This record gives sequence, C-alpha cells and structure tokens, in this order.
Amino acid sequence: MARALINAPAKAKRGEVIEIKTLISHIMETGFRPDSTGKPVPRDIITEFICKYNGEEIFRAELFPAIAANPFLTFFTVAGESGTLSFEWTGDNGFTAAESVNITVE
Amino acid sequence: MTRDDGWLQRTRRSFLIEAAALAGAAGVALPRAVEQTSATPASMHAAVKNIVGEAPLNKGKVKIDVPALIENGNAVPLTVSCESSMTQEDHVKAIHVFTEKNPQPNVIGARLGPRAGRASLSTRIRLADTQKIVAVAQMSDGSFWTDEVEVVVTLAACLEGS
Repeated sequence: MARALINAPAKAKRGEVIEIKTLISHIMETGFRPDSTGKPVPRDIITEFICKYNGEEIFRAELFPAIAANPFLTFFTVAGESGTLSFEWTGDNGFTAAESVNITVE
Repeated sequence: MTRDDGWLQRTRRSFLIEAAALAGAAGVALPRAVEQTSATPASMHAAVKNIVGEAPLNKGKVKIDVPALIENGNAVPLTVSCESSMTQEDHVKAIHVFTEKNPQPNVIGARLGPRAGRASLSTRIRLADTQKIVAVAQMSDGSFWTDEVEVVVTLAACLEGS
C-alpha cells in the first residue's frame, strides 16, 4: 500500500481553523509520455481524494494528470469536535489508500 | 451489360463509398489526435464553460499564488485562495484550476463547504509549457469568480520519454 503522510494538529481549540497537509506516494503517470519503444505509457493516476471529519465530508478533490507525482494537498477545516480525520484516495487500476488521524478539540 | 459487369460496378461503388467514409473518418480523427498532445486556449475555455455554463465569470475574489518563473515544470507549488466568510449562507462551493497548454486543460477540481473555514488549497502541479493558469471558484450563491496568471516555464514537465 502506498505510503501516506498526514500533517494535522493533534490538538486544537474549538472553532479554530486548522490546516491539514496530505502527501501520498504515487507515480501519477500521465498517459501522455511514450516509453522507449514509442508507445504511450498507460495512465496511472489518483483520480479522487476525500477527507472526512467524524464521517462528514469536508473536502473532496478530483485530480487530473497535471498533478505532480506524489500528490500533495493542503486545505483547511474548522475544528468542531474531538474525533477522527479520515482520508481516502482512489485511482486508476483499482488503487485505493486510506489513512486517519485523531484530533483532540478543547 | 453482362451480369459480371453489374457485379463489378457494385463493388466499385461500394469501394468508393467505403474509401470516402474512411477518408472522412481519418479527417475527423486527425485533429483529435493532435489536440491530445496539447490543450489549446479554446479547449481550456470549453473546460471552463463545462463548469461555469452560461453564468457570468467575474474577475476577483480568487487569488492564484504561483512562482512567475518556474525552473522545473514537473512540480510547481500552487496555492489558490478565495475571499469568503465561509459561513453556511456564504461560502465557496468549489475551486477549479485549468491550464492553457498542458495535454489536458483540467488540473484539479476541489469541492469544499462551510466546514472548510478557509477557502484555500495548495498542491503541486505539472506545467508543460510557458502558459496561462486559470482558477475558477464557485460560490454558494451560484456566482463564479476567476483569476489568471501567466507563468514562464524553463524546463517543461516531460512529455517525451525520459
């Protein structure tokens, strides 16, 4: 499974806007590059990313081949309740990856 | 006319029809194949129109933050932020990014809501050429706002084999 890194504060004040950074290892092959024999290398990218906060979707992104290898995404959310931030990536060739982090809201 | 001639005639006719159809198909297929290698400003406008529809596109509110001079097009840091109070009544619903000359105009399409707190996202993108980047934000009231920047790319993201 692909290696994913999440950077989100472990603790936050209620109502605070927190920054979430995600990084996942993936080649993001565009499908536009020919290989050494001149045939195009088939596309292999992550097509969708979803972040949920205690099960509620807070951010979703549709990715295209123009996203660099090892997709890095930064976005924000409001700290509501203590709980779990879960992350899901889906892509070509049945690629899926999931990660989650806990957050304590005071 | 003998029966043989009639048969010949028919095949010749059908051959001509087939040839014409083939040429027509090739004529249609060729520009498509060319288009595949590079998006054009027109295809970018089509992609934007696909999102915006007939609604007016206003300048402002959205801000693209990207280096003006890019040495390596393989990973270009890009931040798109949008002015909004991000309340239930007034928030940014979606942020889309497009490019003019990449093989495909779309770069990313993000959906957010009032739970985001701040309408901003950062990522790293590929740029195939010196070109224009366009961001479009959709507000909860249905209005669309846009920003565009010109960037110079020294080393393009690879389209050739490496």
